[in-house]
Amino acid sequence: MTEIISLTIDSIPVSVPSGFTILKAAETVGIQIPTICFHEACTSNALCRICVVEVEGARTLIPACVAQVSEGMIVQTHSDRVQRARRTILEMLSSTVDLTDSPEILAMMNDYHADPERFPESNPREFDLLDDNPMYVRDYSKCILCWRCVQVCAEDAQYTHAINFSQRGFDTRIDTFYHITLPETTCVFCGQCVAVCPTGALKPKRQWLLETGYSPIEIMSLTRSKRNGNKSRIQPERKLP
Amino acid sequence: MTDPDVSRLLEILPVYAKQGRPALIPVLQKAQEIYGYVSQPAAAAISRALRIPLAEVYGVIEFYSLLYSQPVGKTLIHVCNDPACAVAGADGVFKRMTKTLEFHLDQDSPTREITVERAPCLGLCEHAPALLIQSPHHVIDGAYEDLVSGTSSRHRTKIGGTVSILTANCGKGHPASLEEYQQNGGYLAIQKALQVQPEAVIQEVKTSGLVGRGGAAFPTGIKWEGCAREPEYPHYLVCNADEAEPGTFKDRVIMEDDPHRILEGILIAAYAIGAEKGYMYIRGEYVYPYQVMKTALDEARKAYLIGEHILGTDFSFELELRRGAGAYICGEETALFESIEGKRGFPRVKPPFPTRKGLFGKPTVINNVETLCNIPVIIQHGAAAYRQMGTEKSPGTKLFCLSGDINQPGLYEIPFGMTLREMIFQLAGGIRNQGSFQSALVGGAAGAFASANQLDAPLSFEGLRSFNLPLGSGVITVFDDSRSMPDILLRLAHFFKEESCGKCYPCQMGTQRQLEIMERMAENRLLPGDTERLSDLAATMTDASLCGLGQTASSAISSAMRLFPHLFKIMEG
Ligand SMILES: Cc1cc2nc3c(=O)[nH]c(=O)nc-3n(C[C@H](O)[C@H](O)[C@H](O)COP(=O)(O)O)c2cc1C
Ligand code: SF4
Ligand code: SF4
Ligand code: FES
Repeated sequence: MTEIISLTIDSIPVSVPSGFTILKAAETVGIQIPTICFHEACTSNALCRICVVEVEGARTLIPACVAQVSEGMIVQTHSDRVQRARRTILEMLSSTVDLTDSPEILAMMNDYHADPERFPESNPREFDLLDDNPMYVRDYSKCILCWRCVQVCAEDAQYTHAINFSQRGFDTRIDTFYHITLPETTCVFCGQCVAVCPTGALKPKRQWLLETGYSPIEIMSLTRSKRNGNKSRIQPERKLP
Repeated sequence: MTDPDVSRLLEILPVYAKQGRPALIPVLQKAQEIYGYVSQPAAAAISRALRIPLAEVYGVIEFYSLLYSQPVGKTLIHVCNDPACAVAGADGVFKRMTKTLEFHLDQDSPTREITVERAPCLGLCEHAPALLIQSPHHVIDGAYEDLVSGTSSRHRTKIGGTVSILTANCGKGHPASLEEYQQNGGYLAIQKALQVQPEAVIQEVKTSGLVGRGGAAFPTGIKWEGCAREPEYPHYLVCNADEAEPGTFKDRVIMEDDPHRILEGILIAAYAIGAEKGYMYIRGEYVYPYQVMKTALDEARKAYLIGEHILGTDFSFELELRRGAGAYICGEETALFESIEGKRGFPRVKPPFPTRKGLFGKPTVINNVETLCNIPVIIQHGAAAYRQMGTEKSPGTKLFCLSGDINQPGLYEIPFGMTLREMIFQLAGGIRNQGSFQSALVGGAAGAFASANQLDAPLSFEGLRSFNLPLGSGVITVFDDSRSMPDILLRLAHFFKEESCGKCYPCQMGTQRQLEIMERMAENRLLPGDTERLSDLAATMTDASLCGLGQTASSAISSAMRLFPHLFKIMEG
């Protein structure tokens, strides 16, 4: 028998079974908490922190997607502190990543009055488009490092382990073993990573070709030169400062 | 460039293969020792032998700054870049070294013999400016004669303070051997502990009021009890010797001078929590301390102090020494576990806490080196005697690492309670070169600046807190009034940007944005709105980051904003 936990979310009394996350508990009373990295099918790593909420008595804000409810908990999902953190995270994202293919995040920016130009003179994360296989292209300038693709490629689904990370911190990138091309990896082109990617960083080749709007001949030559270009440009970045 | 043939690696791989994934970082370090870097074929051979996917092996190499996926010079020179060394002229050393070789960082070629890198704090702050030279043949051709004296000995660290309890065997110029340690009463506490039940040992530690010295100040006895009560086994004991907080060198000094004290603390802790296996994770840059610990461990094993049936009892315990590979974040307890497990050092989401699910998912106690060094004292003399030292709320003695613009940088042991002023001006001899005090960074890069108005803060957890200062790991880096605060702040911002693991958004991007604003400040071209940006970044990192690194990455800069608001004003015209 599961225990029933009573708590308050935005002054509304809520009762849910123990083990529920704050995110799920809030949903039961129609309170929406924004999420970015969270995905039902993937291990939750609580890394985007957009879902943070204020829990009375806690020193820091708490990620609602992983934190479990407890008896008597008092939760604020939209306090000033929460809004400030969410807005700033969104503003940092927009100064770092090309969000043109991320409509959900753009909508969120609107909701939180986030200024896309908040951080002037800041370095974005920019990479050349990788077009090294017939199935999909990788445009890591659009990658928000949600880890979903790495996880579905590994223990969350496919156990192919074709991709992981290079570098760390701000300079982290989803990458293959020594930057080799995808066909050289264990990738089986199952497409699961493309399916879970929330930002258009991973895109089916067909869709990408259509979007670019070039004539088939132009596309052919563009792809070829891009491919050659990438070979030289994705040489491992130096690790030294 | 041709990749080296991997036959030498293949010979040793079977030994590591048996241990599986936890052997990954040790074997990568071994490969690098042989070839100077981890080539693609070497990484592939390791992947096959240890059965770890290729991409994950690569991900691990890429995470750690002391592992290289491309060739580097045969001799690697790390020049410390952080505040204590900066004020001692580290930039000049770096420029001089790179100029002598007539290359600049952006022109490095794989064939070069020497690679010079800027490094984060090397934990040698009392000897600033510090360098670490890694070379297979321990020689540097004539190039640096004027910089490197040729003798490989180091000046002794000054050991000061008003008591010498934890530092009783320190400062002698050599590591205390097992015999010396025993002559001074060593290993009596473990004998005493083994005569009582583990619960009694835990009770004594609880009564002593000891709290962790690694930065988080968690009560040690309560941590032990939490782990001891977990029904799941095995339990693990981990000693955190990853000391990398800029300005900190206390754990290094104890490892170098009194390794058996740490081993005895580890043994008592392991007995108390029911652990038969433990790890000591030593910072990668600490090459010499690692050697000392290894020798001490061998001595202890020969004396039946480590291994099966310790001192003839039913208690058995094995300790494995691990070397870090260049990642400050691996000092964070859960990132450290990941690292031992052979992964990138990403901190885990807490809860669950380590006492329930720690190393390999098992109940684990992790303690700092200094914390563990207090244990033999508490057990041998009793909690009541221990509480005679220090204050009511901060019992015991504490090691402080003093560096920067002071006359006598060194390691100081005092009972909690003395003021910051007494520490700097009486014990450490005041400001050097007749300079005057500007500020002190208290608690390390993750700490806060103290101005002259805060010099009367008592050095205890509660005393510092009342002055809005953290004790952190016991760092006091002093700056005289000739020092440029913007330059120091820039270095701190750079440190956090380099060391952020990149897992969570607030810190991954916040440390970069903070660095950019500090760069503007150092160049005297702050933009309108930059202080508000900094405040928003600070609030967001502090409030929403996943781990302590991001939560404290803006602490020092925020304290500077409070103390020196004029620095953050935009210059007119
Ligand atoms: C970024 C970061 C770095 C840390 N580095 C260290 C370290 O080098 N040594 C250490 O003992 N604790 C370090 N800690 C604290 C550990 O997470 C942990 O609290 C400590 O090892 C527990 O031991 P204690 O209770 O004996 O202090 C660090 C924490 C963070 C967040
Ligand atoms: S490529 Fe897509 S799925 Fe993978 S981490 Fe980036 S945004 Fe997430
Ligand atoms: S706070 Fe920084 S170091 Fe900690 S998990 Fe987040 S990105 Fe990594
Ligand atoms: S949705 Fe909770 S941390 Fe990303």
